Order: sequence, then C-alpha cells, then structure tokens
Amino acid sequence: MSWNLTNDRPIYIQIVERIQMTIVSGEYRPGEKLPSVRELAAEASVNPNTMQKALSELETSGLVYTQRTSGRFITEDRELIASTRRRLASEKFQTFLQQMQGLGYTREDIIKLTKQLLEEGTKGYE
Amino acid sequence: MSELLTCQNLCKRFDSKYALAEVTLTLQRGQIVGLLGPNGSGKTTFIKIINGLLVPTEGSLLINGFTPGVETKRQIAYLPERTYLNSWMKVKDILQFFATFYDNFNMDRAMQMLSDLRIDVGERLKTMSKGTKEKVQLILVMSRDVDLYVLDEPIGGVDPAARDYILHTILSNYNPNSTILISTHLIADIENVLDDVIFLQNGQIALHATVDEIRSQKGKSVDELFREVFRC
Repeated sequence: MSWNLTNDRPIYIQIVERIQMTIVSGEYRPGEKLPSVRELAAEASVNPNTMQKALSELETSGLVYTQRTSGRFITEDRELIASTRRRLASEKFQTFLQQMQGLGYTREDIIKLTKQLLEEGTKGYE
Repeated sequence: MSELLTCQNLCKRFDSKYALAEVTLTLQRGQIVGLLGPNGSGKTTFIKIINGLLVPTEGSLLINGFTPGVETKRQIAYLPERTYLNSWMKVKDILQFFATFYDNFNMDRAMQMLSDLRIDVGERLKTMSKGTKEKVQLILVMSRDVDLYVLDEPIGGVDPAARDYILHTILSNYNPNSTILISTHLIADIENVLDDVIFLQNGQIALHATVDEIRSQKGKSVDELFREVFRC
C-alpha cells in the first residue's frame, strides 16, 4: 500500500506514472537496473501481470529497455528523460491552470498571485 | 497463457432452487481471480464443485482436462470456509499430517510463514484465536505447490496488518503457472492484487472482466461497482 494507488483509475496507468516520476526526478538514475517484476509487484502490492503491463508500456515509450537475460534498465537517453519531464510538467501545469480558473482567477491574476506566493514561500525558507 | 479450468453450462440445483445456472467460463494459468457476489449468489457452491464436494446437476467442469476427483485434488489447494482440522492437534502435528498426505507440500515455506507471523508450532489449534487459526490454515494451503489455489473467504477474520502480509505472501510466492481463485467480501483490500473479477448474481455470471477494464470503462473501482450492481 506504500505506492498510494487510487481506486478510480486503471492500476497499470498509475504505476506507469509513478515510475515515470521516479525516473524524471532522478531517483532512478539513467542506466540503472530495475528490480524484477515480482519484487516491484510485491513492493507496490499489485498483481505481477499488472506490473508487467506497466513495464511494457514504459518500454514502448523508450524510458525503460530490456536486455536479454540480464533484466530491465532505465534508458540512458537523457534527452528522452528531459522531454518526458517537460511533458509531465506541462500536464501538471494544465491541471493547475484549470483549477485556478475554476476558482475564478484570470491568467493575469494567476501570474500575479504566483509571484506573490513564491516570494512569500521563499521568505519563509531564508 | 493456457487454460487451467473450463466449465460449460454448469448448473447445480437443490430441489427446485438453482444455486448455479448455466455458468460457462474459462480460467487461464497465471492469474489471480476474484470470485465476488452477495450472500447466496453461488460462490461457495461453485467452489465446492471445483473441489469435488458437490456434483453438478448439469454441465461439465474440467481442471487440467480432468473432472474433479483424486487427480485434481493433488493439483488444487483448497481453503474451505470452515475448518476441517482437529482442534486438539498442535501446529507441528498438522504440518506433519500435510507433509505426509500431500507430496507437493513445501515444509520450508510453511515454517517461514509461521515464523513471520509469530505463530508457535507447539500450540494446539483449540487455544488459538479465530484469526490465528485462519492464518494457520491459509499457510497450510499456500505452502503446497499446485496449479490452482481456491480460497473461500481467506482474510475475513484476520487483522489488517496480517491481511497485508498474506497478500504480500500470495504475491511473492506467485508462480506464473498457477492460478488463485479468491472468494471474498473484502473487495477493496484485494482488488489491486486481482487480474480478473467474476461477479456472480443468483447463480449466474453477471460480469467477468479485468480490474483495469472495469476501472477504465466505468471510471470506478471494483468495490464501488459491486456496491452499485448489488445495491439492496
């Protein structure tokens, strides 16, 4: 239950997203070997077939590759990792934008507020 | 993937009442399948037919190509809803009993699980709590190397931490050639672990789909869908 999977969306999609995050955040380094399907499935408390499906998706996208007999590895293609990171950031930003517009903020308001909150936030850390 | 269990037009009638009616389904190897349905929907009847404890009124059921009998009992590990073990026996006696009776009983695995759950093998069943007894029985069943595990309400009486351990055990002992059929009401606890779910309603299959199909098509969890389909 440590992976915090939610109930409303397909499990394999949530696993794909979670592993993407660990790759773009650098928790898994480029070229690093992934644990086995069985280990990952036990860690996430999900069915091994579901984990297998998620890893196949990641392979299709190129973030993960299989080396015959020796297992699965994170891609060494840093450009692909960077572009994935950019895409994820843009998705998060779209969600944020929609939520703020839902609260009635215009684009200008959002920019103003973002600046203001960022300044307040950094002050606290200094 | 290959077929492990097939049933064709399976019916079971008690007097004039049909407990199962025209059930046709196939279970593949290497899957964890949830058998779900409200009380009286035919789950236990189906499980008893698989284990040769009931004979179908009509239709056929084959496991590895065999009708339920001596050969299939070797290949199936069954956890019934009620205990059949003698309560005066100590855990170590029962282990010996299983090891003698089943040639595919894995003693090392059983001992490992008993020690993980801190169960004393010198204790008699009758002095154990309900939950501990259930754990012992589940360990005995999961310690066999078989093609089909049939678990009738395996986690009902155990605490949530032990439930997690048991699910973890099922996943880490997972063998791509074996299938696990689990009947339970605790859907939310196990749905991440399942490949397929079968909904039984009045002895018939109301739905047979994968967990991810249900989530992507209905936008809700299996647990939520169950509550909706079987709303009282």
